[in-house]
Amino acid sequence: MSGLSGWVPLWPPAASAEAGTVDAIVLLLLGLSGAVLLLVLCLVAGFAIRYRRGSPAKRGALPELVQSEVEIGWTAATLLLALLLFAWAASAQLGEERTQSDALEIHVTARQWMWKAQHPNGAREINALHLPRGEPVRLLMTSEDVIHSFFVPAFRIKQDVLPGRVTQLRFHPTETGEFHLFCAEFCGTLHARMLGTVTVMEPGDYARWRAAQPEGDGLAREGAALFVSLGCAGCHGAGGGGSEVGVGATVRAPRLAGLYGRDVPLADGRVVRADEAYLRDSILQPGRDVAAGYAPLMPSFAGLLGEGEVQRLVAYLRERGEQPGEGR
Amino acid sequence: MSGITADDAMAEAPQERQGDSYLTAETGLASWLLTTDHKRVALLYAAALTAFFFIGGAAAVLIRLELFTPASDLVSAEGYNRLFTLHGLVMVWFFLVPAIPNTLGNFLLPLMIGARDLAFPRLNLFSWYLFMGAGLLLLAALLLGGVDTGWTFYTPFSTGYAHSNVLLAALAVVLVGFSSVATGVNMLATVHLLRAPGMGWFRLPLLVWSIYGTALVMVLATPVLAAALLLVVAERAFGLPIFDPRQGGDPLLFQHLFWFYSHPAVYIMILPAFGVVSEIVPCFARRRIFGYTFMVYAILMIALLGFLVWGHHMFVSGQSLYASLVFSFLSFVIAVPSAIKVFNWSFTLYRGQISFQAPMLYALGFIGLFTLGGLTGLVLASVPVNRHVTDTYYVVAHFHFIMVGGAVTALYGGLHFWWPKITGRMPPDGWARFAAVLMFFGFSFTFFPMFVMGFLGMPRRYASYPPEFQVWHVLASAGAVLLAAAYLLPMGYLAWSLVRGRRAGDDPWNATGLEWRTASPPPRDNFRVPPIVEEAAYLYHPRHEGPRHEEQEPHRDQGGGT
Ligand code: HEC
Ligand SMILES: [Cu+2]
Ligand SMILES: [Cu+2]
Repeated sequence: MSGLSGWVPLWPPAASAEAGTVDAIVLLLLGLSGAVLLLVLCLVAGFAIRYRRGSPAKRGALPELVQSEVEIGWTAATLLLALLLFAWAASAQLGEERTQSDALEIHVTARQWMWKAQHPNGAREINALHLPRGEPVRLLMTSEDVIHSFFVPAFRIKQDVLPGRVTQLRFHPTETGEFHLFCAEFCGTLHARMLGTVTVMEPGDYARWRAAQPEGDGLAREGAALFVSLGCAGCHGAGGGGSEVGVGATVRAPRLAGLYGRDVPLADGRVVRADEAYLRDSILQPGRDVAAGYAPLMPSFAGLLGEGEVQRLVAYLRERGEQPGEGR
Repeated sequence: MSGITADDAMAEAPQERQGDSYLTAETGLASWLLTTDHKRVALLYAAALTAFFFIGGAAAVLIRLELFTPASDLVSAEGYNRLFTLHGLVMVWFFLVPAIPNTLGNFLLPLMIGARDLAFPRLNLFSWYLFMGAGLLLLAALLLGGVDTGWTFYTPFSTGYAHSNVLLAALAVVLVGFSSVATGVNMLATVHLLRAPGMGWFRLPLLVWSIYGTALVMVLATPVLAAALLLVVAERAFGLPIFDPRQGGDPLLFQHLFWFYSHPAVYIMILPAFGVVSEIVPCFARRRIFGYTFMVYAILMIALLGFLVWGHHMFVSGQSLYASLVFSFLSFVIAVPSAIKVFNWSFTLYRGQISFQAPMLYALGFIGLFTLGGLTGLVLASVPVNRHVTDTYYVVAHFHFIMVGGAVTALYGGLHFWWPKITGRMPPDGWARFAAVLMFFGFSFTFFPMFVMGFLGMPRRYASYPPEFQVWHVLASAGAVLLAAAYLLPMGYLAWSLVRGRRAGDDPWNATGLEWRTASPPPRDNFRVPPIVEEAAYLYHPRHEGPRHEEQEPHRDQGGGT
């Protein structure tokens, strides 16, 4: 319980790589703000005492020095300081964005008023999230109703979770322990009860924990069933193997096996990477990114599929995409 | 020398001196409810705002009581959500936005520029009625069971999930928006058209400039708020798909529209406070304001840049990182004009003859609290840190420092400063100084702990919370007791001063500014002789000389020489 213990703490536990970056910026800002505050305090208090009414201090016109040069001086100084601070904070953020490697992907679904998580092997948990220490994590989050926000103070991260789209959150837990998970966006009656616990374990413990979970019908396996029952296979071929008119199918539709992770040329000339977001869009808004060489015949499944079903389909297509030797 | 001071007026019509102040010129209820006198309309607003301040304050007291313990025991979770929504809606739109512009501003703007009234006196009264209509709508929404969306009305919660009087509340806010547009137009027109002869733009007192900037922002930003809330009404009441993603809508669209108004609204609340402080500090330092032109441009810069930073409320909303960085950059830049103001107030003290009556104590308190509020804003403006502290008590502390520590402290300062002009009576200075000091410390005790607990991770809008945050909540709740006392105390002694207060002369603080060149309280038409302005503002001492040691005296009267 290292994350939740400690009496009257002044600083939250820092349990992720991101926490280090944030804390460094906070310390710098605290130092600078303290200095500026002290300066203003000294100016105001100093002048107030020295030039109190009737004090013997010298009055008269302002000295040359304290004319408009000073004004321009401190305008420039504050501007420079502000720009430096911005540059530092921005480059920290950009740097974080760039160093993204392969990550453990976990699906998070928020709803009034609980958090549901699903691990790659299908293990599910509610209001809890188990993570291995030292491994980058990527959460793919969506909401079934209103906007929520995934907030783990010990990791110094927060990301709103919206209905109708997937937001991502990447981080890198570095300490084991149990940490608070809060919903940070007001979401209705029990917003304050939309809490969870994030447990960071040693990688070995995590693997054991995961293996011990009821296997569940793996996401991808459920997706495969949906792929058939929803009629995707009718156009895309069994197993997403592709179809040509005349070969038993009525519509020519692209092969989906081996699609995930590849660059897809689109009808309008753009080339996009087939990631999860692309797969989702293809299912929910097929008219937006039409694959080159195909007619925009794919029907939209928006409104027909629940969020869970979309996630299963996407997981299935990912799995089909990652299978070796099935390239297009 | 002084053409239009009371001496002349007295010489002209000695028996009228007592009888025909704006307070006594007409009597009867109708003379108030149908008045077009900007001074009386200001008092109508003051009465209404006091009522709303009590309602919003009562909600705040209940919130602080509930948060005394971690469990949600005093009110239910539903009840708590309704309380903070009520507190936010009332305090933002029915107190802070109109607080200074519609009371002090309404009263002083024509006086300060030497006009007889606002440009459109009937519109002024009409916007008060709009305000009251909106207020009644809001009260109806509250009496029918309240609203549970927060003052931010985020979609799709407000359009599809909230089960409370969202429609009534949204319409109330739309209506109060029309009232502030009407006021804004009126004030812009007044400053453009009704300045006294000789009152050039760069002779305007800074309160006039800041109200001018505020009015600009009001007129340009408020319609966007009305549009956003009417869209909420359209979706909630008529099922028009606008924000609901299941029907192809975009919930973030609402946030963009909402913050496009609500960020500038922060400046609607704080700019007039800048103006008030800029009047008080030179008067009690007996010194010209330092860097007058920079102060003017800072106001205009803030009003302009205020429109370009709304996205800093949406760093974690899913908005693109590059958009966030642009908004972050602009938010850092907007810190510069604010810093200019703080430094200039400080340097106005340099080589002054400073005395510390109550208005000055409020102004100095304002400078301290606003500086801290502004600096903590830099932390929020940097994207990586914002991801941690946004939507926590850190943000709550930050905006209360600006809007309550800043704007409300300045309002109290201004109220004490112009009380003799408004009522003809002096506030009791001993009590007033005590209240000013109490307000500073009460405020700090209430809101400083919130920075700490917010950084520790305490999310906002929580009725119950994990026990490790309790220490900070107890501190905040204890501070709130002091703060409440500091807000109530002046209401008591100011009311007392109406009957027992020392009578004020025309210019009890020896201030510059045209409002002091007429009787206290002023006559119905403000000036008996239309003033002519020959000098810049804040001539508390001759240009190449400091304020003299002995008397507070020398400033030369503006509007003199006739
Ligand atoms: C009526 C036939 C039809 C059905 C049914 C259908 N699709 Fe499609 N799909 C197409 C066509 C045609 C395209 C290519 C045009 C386009 O990109 O919109 C396509 C494109 C796609 C793509 C993008 C492929 C690429 O190479 O960019 C994905 C992913 C996809 N479909 C998934 C599905 C899934 C999952 C289902 C079942 C829920 C489904 N489709 C059902 C016809 C169909
Ligand atoms: Cu929530
Ligand atoms: Cu803002």
